[in-house]
Amino acid sequence: MIHSLFLINCSGDIFLEKHWKSVVSQSVCDYFFEAQEKAADVENVPPVISTPHHYLISIYRDKLFFVSVIQTEVPPLFVIEFLHRVADTFQDYFGECSEAAIKDNVVIVYELLEEMLDNGFPLATESNILKELIKPPTILRSVVNSITGSSNVGDTLPTGQLSNIPWRRAGVKYTNNEAYFDVVEEIDAIIDKSGSTVFAEIQGVIDACIKLSGMPDLSLSFMNPRLLDDVSFHPCIRFKRWESERVLSFIPPDGNFRLISYRVSSQNLVAIPVYVKHSICFKENSSCGRFDITIGPKQNMGKTIEGITVTVHMPKVLLNMNLTPTQGSYTFDPVTKVLMWDVGKITPQKLPNLKGLVNLQSGAPKPEENPSLNIQFKIQQLAISGLKVNRLDMYGEKYKPFKGVKYVTKAGKFQVRT
Amino acid sequence: MSSNSFAYNEQSGGGEATELGQEATSTISTSSAFGLFSSDLKKLGPEGVWEEDSGILGLSRANQVSIETMNKIKPRVRGCDGLNMNPSFFIVSSPEMVAKGKNASELFPAVVKNVASKNIEIKKLVYVYLVRYAEEQQDLALLSISTFQRALKDSNQLIRASALRVLSSIRVPIIVPIMMLAIKEASADLSPYVRKNAAHAIQKLYSLDPEQKEMLIDIIEKLLKDKSTLVAGSVVMAFEEVCPDRIDLIHKNYRKLCNLLVDVEEWGQVVIIHMLTRYARTQFVSPWKEDDGPEDNEKDFYESDDEQKEQTGNRKKPYAMDPDHRLLIRNTKPLLQSRNAAVVMAVAQLYWHISPKSEVAVISKSLVRLLRSNREVQYIVLQNIATMSIQRKGMFEPYLKSFYVRSTDPTMIKTLKLEILTNLANEANISTLLREFQTYVKSQDKQFAAATIQTIGRCATNISEVTDTCLNGLVCLLSNRDEIVVAESVVVIKKLLQMQPAQHGEIIKHMAKLLDSITVPVARASILWLIGENCERVPKIAPDVLRKMAKSFTSEDDLVKLQILNLGAKLYLTNSKQTKLLTQYILNLGKYDQNYDIRDRTRFIRQLIVPNEKSGALSKYAKKIFLAQKPAPLLESPFKDRDHFQLGTLSHILNTKATGYLELSNWPEVAPDPSVRNVAVIELAKEWAPAGKAKKENPDKQFYSESEEEDDSSDSSSDSESDSSSGSEEDDEEGASSNDSSEESSSESGSETEEENKRTAKKNSKNRKRDSEDGEKEDENSKTSDSSNAESSSLEESSSDSESKSESESESESRKDSKEKEKKARQGRNPVTKDVSLLDLDDFNLVSTPVVLPTPALSPSLIADLQGLNLSASSPVINVSSPVFVPMTTHVLLHRMSGKGLAAHYYFPRQPCIFGDKMVSVQITLNNTTDRKIENIHIGEKKLPSGMQMHAFNPIESLEPEGSITVSMGIDFCDSTQTASFQLCTKDDCFSVNIQPPVGELLLPVSMSEKDFKKEQGMLTGMNETSTVIIAAPQNFTPPVIIQKIANVANVGVVPSGQDNVHRFAAKTVHSGSLMLVTVELKEGSSAQLVINTEKTVIGSVLLRELKPVLSQG
Repeated sequence: MIHSLFLINCSGDIFLEKHWKSVVSQSVCDYFFEAQEKAADVENVPPVISTPHHYLISIYRDKLFFVSVIQTEVPPLFVIEFLHRVADTFQDYFGECSEAAIKDNVVIVYELLEEMLDNGFPLATESNILKELIKPPTILRSVVNSITGSSNVGDTLPTGQLSNIPWRRAGVKYTNNEAYFDVVEEIDAIIDKSGSTVFAEIQGVIDACIKLSGMPDLSLSFMNPRLLDDVSFHPCIRFKRWESERVLSFIPPDGNFRLISYRVSSQNLVAIPVYVKHSICFKENSSCGRFDITIGPKQNMGKTIEGITVTVHMPKVLLNMNLTPTQGSYTFDPVTKVLMWDVGKITPQKLPNLKGLVNLQSGAPKPEENPSLNIQFKIQQLAISGLKVNRLDMYGEKYKPFKGVKYVTKAGKFQVRT
Repeated sequence: MSSNSFAYNEQSGGGEATELGQEATSTISTSSAFGLFSSDLKKLGPEGVWEEDSGILGLSRANQVSIETMNKIKPRVRGCDGLNMNPSFFIVSSPEMVAKGKNASELFPAVVKNVASKNIEIKKLVYVYLVRYAEEQQDLALLSISTFQRALKDSNQLIRASALRVLSSIRVPIIVPIMMLAIKEASADLSPYVRKNAAHAIQKLYSLDPEQKEMLIDIIEKLLKDKSTLVAGSVVMAFEEVCPDRIDLIHKNYRKLCNLLVDVEEWGQVVIIHMLTRYARTQFVSPWKEDDGPEDNEKDFYESDDEQKEQTGNRKKPYAMDPDHRLLIRNTKPLLQSRNAAVVMAVAQLYWHISPKSEVAVISKSLVRLLRSNREVQYIVLQNIATMSIQRKGMFEPYLKSFYVRSTDPTMIKTLKLEILTNLANEANISTLLREFQTYVKSQDKQFAAATIQTIGRCATNISEVTDTCLNGLVCLLSNRDEIVVAESVVVIKKLLQMQPAQHGEIIKHMAKLLDSITVPVARASILWLIGENCERVPKIAPDVLRKMAKSFTSEDDLVKLQILNLGAKLYLTNSKQTKLLTQYILNLGKYDQNYDIRDRTRFIRQLIVPNEKSGALSKYAKKIFLAQKPAPLLESPFKDRDHFQLGTLSHILNTKATGYLELSNWPEVAPDPSVRNVAVIELAKEWAPAGKAKKENPDKQFYSESEEEDDSSDSSSDSESDSSSGSEEDDEEGASSNDSSEESSSESGSETEEENKRTAKKNSKNRKRDSEDGEKEDENSKTSDSSNAESSSLEESSSDSESKSESESESESRKDSKEKEKKARQGRNPVTKDVSLLDLDDFNLVSTPVVLPTPALSPSLIADLQGLNLSASSPVINVSSPVFVPMTTHVLLHRMSGKGLAAHYYFPRQPCIFGDKMVSVQITLNNTTDRKIENIHIGEKKLPSGMQMHAFNPIESLEPEGSITVSMGIDFCDSTQTASFQLCTKDDCFSVNIQPPVGELLLPVSMSEKDFKKEQGMLTGMNETSTVIIAAPQNFTPPVIIQKIANVANVGVVPSGQDNVHRFAAKTVHSGSLMLVTVELKEGSSAQLVINTEKTVIGSVLLRELKPVLSQG
């Protein structure tokens, strides 16, 4: 399936290659560079490229291209999903998935790639198993290793690999047994010029951090499970229980993982927590324009909205901006034409406002469309859909765990057209 | 051969390492760079040098060498000074070079020695290196083989497995026999992990030496019988690679694979599902009705002509789904919830290709979910959705808004979304879509804007109601500032005009004027062609255009030159008096053009149109040739022909056949013998334990015979009791022991799960005894199959039928729901912007009023939809906005009892009506509850109060039994709640029905600012104001509750409010457009003031009366 993998940084250097079958020459990447040149920006490089003898399937993650070489028919999503899994694993091991991190840990990277794929077919992709096979690097461990001559590589097969719950390792022990759940909801919305909602929906995930000894069997129930319209599960969840009782029943993996992701049925009205008043105009036949935006809270259910940032991709003809914020700070990058306004918290008494003048290239026609505003915000202690965890029960172990649930609402792809 | 070499290795055993070591030494010492190294080696003694030595020592020695060597090969090795103490440094640097693609093969001998290192990390790194360079240094690679052979017998399964892995990865043809032997042994290993690796090794060996195919197939056959979930995915992968055509190997394992599927790891699932899709297409008959073929457009609903019906009638045998077919479909369904996008896509394509049409819709929700994922996944999923949406609009219609474009999407995603939106466009949603397109046309991303214009063109051709609206909108775009946009519009307009050539003289004139300014060749060529085609309609302009073009001929693009020649020829034929000289001038220019195409065309045209003695019979027909009616171009989706590739494959994405693509065969006419899938004997090997994940249900239920019934009940009960592994194991066992009789299972039904193992054993032994018996039984069965089959099939059919029925019912329900959802936000027209001129070109006054609209049925309101395309900077104060909420309540129009089986419901989708801007849009859902077809459903006599108007739906030719269909109609209620009575007729009967609108539905929401609201409210006081006080519990006065309640009753828009205790809503009446302003002001305690300001006092007071109880209750 996957023949070879090339890692390419944004300046076009191939800094790592790995072959699972016979060696494919680096020159195959020339086709990729060609496509990259053709596409104006990195986002537009087609994920699937056909070359005379190979097919290149690539992903773009954290300023790196993961380019895989394929020789025969394969479901493209299979490869894409796997490449993302590789990037996730790097992230997991090194804290970041960057060129520097990969170069610093090239040995571990190699060991990982070797374990994750055999003859191009995924072998072990579950993070818990990989961590048992190859220990993540820590300073302490590398010191110990250089003295004792031991290594990061485990010498027995992780039990998970064989058991029917491959995601959990055996013999987990904690002194403090804890189980935390984060209910994170994101509002995806498109708001039109006049402030009415064109499209809005709520996407949520429940991330869990489970530090429990032994083999706990958890079941998590909701006050209002009917809210969840479409759910995708971590493999640990028993599908049957969910179908029949709407209860999440599972033996959890150890550590951090994503339990479910869900979409809230669109029958429900989505409350939009902020509104934006905007007036952006470019004057005809003159090289300046006005820019004025105000953000205010709306239906915020008594919670403060924080961490607000506004990102605007301004038109290309714009030269610079001269703005004054009443709150927070703004930056404008004249090269990428991106305006970032870091607002912070909203206080209803004094609404944050950013206004001022913009300079356009003289002579160029004024832009036809006003740029849309991308807004980020965060509301703590609130799940905007109203989803509530009812209770968490544990079976199979004697001790009493500490349990916690946290709710956060964030803006997802939240766009205001102006 | 293989056994020979094996024996040799056995013999050589211990001494071999030394031998090889010595051999290596001699090889190495020839190279000067390794001088130091080889002397070291000798000092260390002849026997098992590297094994005896501790890792550190050996390596630090090696380090010296390596540094020296590497300094020669490549001066810059990262941090070589500081790392001397690190034992793994040596190896580290080599994979690093491997990583960088530098050739590190000179180091090969030095590195390979370390293969026997005790340090497992070093060992593994050597493996990495070895596999990479073995092909280049085949002889030296053989040094390591013995180590692997020893490791293959290790007691640690991890070591056995990794030895096999590396051994099989060494691409050296000499060791093929050794590999073969190793694979054979490993495939019988006790550890499933080793067996999994054996399955991988099969593929490696096959690619190294395809001649081993037959032997490898034997191993695959053996491994396919393996019941471990760990092995299943890998062996199917090997099967796909080595012998995908040997479908016969799958038969016996089909049911097992289906049952194991949920527990297989995710990557294996993808491969198995793809394989089973192909399998199902060869083994089962089509579940699709014969007459609807692969296409299942909604059109078929309307157009089902008599022939097809006859066919259906003539069909002898009703379709009954093979239980195994059903098993596959059912067992894959839970996987739609997988977190892995590839699995979801695999299931989606399985449903698309093999499930009955009525069940496919379940996949759309999951596919839409994947759109939240990263850009690459989006790209692939959108392509697949694009292909699906061409054939089956209905599937994705409810999710229309999920395909709306965001300005931050990459262009490739944007264009794909646009493609899907176009495919989904229909009469009902076109107005919403056109509004959305308006935004896109103005996008900064010009490539995307151009694509949007193409899209508008396609919508215009597909939906005849909006053709003129679109055309007007596109004409507006001609005055756009951006050249790409204008050029694209010209091209699209050209295509549209070609479809309806009459009455568009004005547009053509306008475009002729554009020729002065526009420079894009395609656009210029399009305009010239258009003028040429319509030269008789614009007799004054055409010759003038030709004159201008003659002047600039030499500087034009080739494409334009050809069209100038064409134009000249056409004018010469129709208006030779004025243009004869011009044309000849142009022909002369063309004669000496640089481009041979143009010279060629010139010669051809001259011969054809200029009469001379040589010109033959053809010139008589010149006019017919040049001015023939040309067929309009078909604006089609680029995804139209993609569907012959299996969805989700690489070939589908590339739209060409990729290497190794396996065609999906057509359904067989007659199903091959299903009994091949029966498994008679239970395998003894049961050391595997499939996951504790509970299966959805026991899939084997009622599949095999009636006698299974009891068994199943006991089985399923024990199953549900025990979520442990035993449960699913049992499942599978049931699958295997399909011939178990009821007596046995009933005797065992009491047994507890703890006794599982005992039980299995017992069962097995029993089975052994009964095997022969069973076999006989089976034979008997198959002998009498003709009669009994018919029986059982009818039974099965009924069961599966009822199932599918219920499923499809729920589906249709959900579809209905979602349809309603989707129609939530429809936009209306805008009285203010209506006056904005469509074209701001002074000298074309004629065009500034909408160009002649030939279809009176089209509502002018839609024009407003595209008005935004204009560049007018004036932003209107009051806008019709999308409804806040669309209640799902339906009202009964015709009960099925009184309608002789025909039931009808209606509801208000709260969208602007496409039939007229004063009409309220009403959706009627017709259900046929009878068991026969209802034909010719139409609206008969209308009894409407004066002033009221109604636009009926198109007659429905027929409605299948159990079928349902939704049609939309428009009624102008004249802003009153009077009842619209009319007759709903079928072929045989007429039923009188009434629609009385709730007052809240006579409104369209508008959005306005708080300031405007107050201003308007100030003008509507006194007589025009009604108010009341409401008392209710405080929890009813939270903002979302109030909005929800009011939006439920009336179609009003929310006005953003600066005060927390005041909520404002605005709407206008549909017929007269009078404003309707609703204010809810919360007072101290639990009371609130409800105020309604409107000119239409009657409606205002009715609305007040309706709102009051709603707000105070609960």
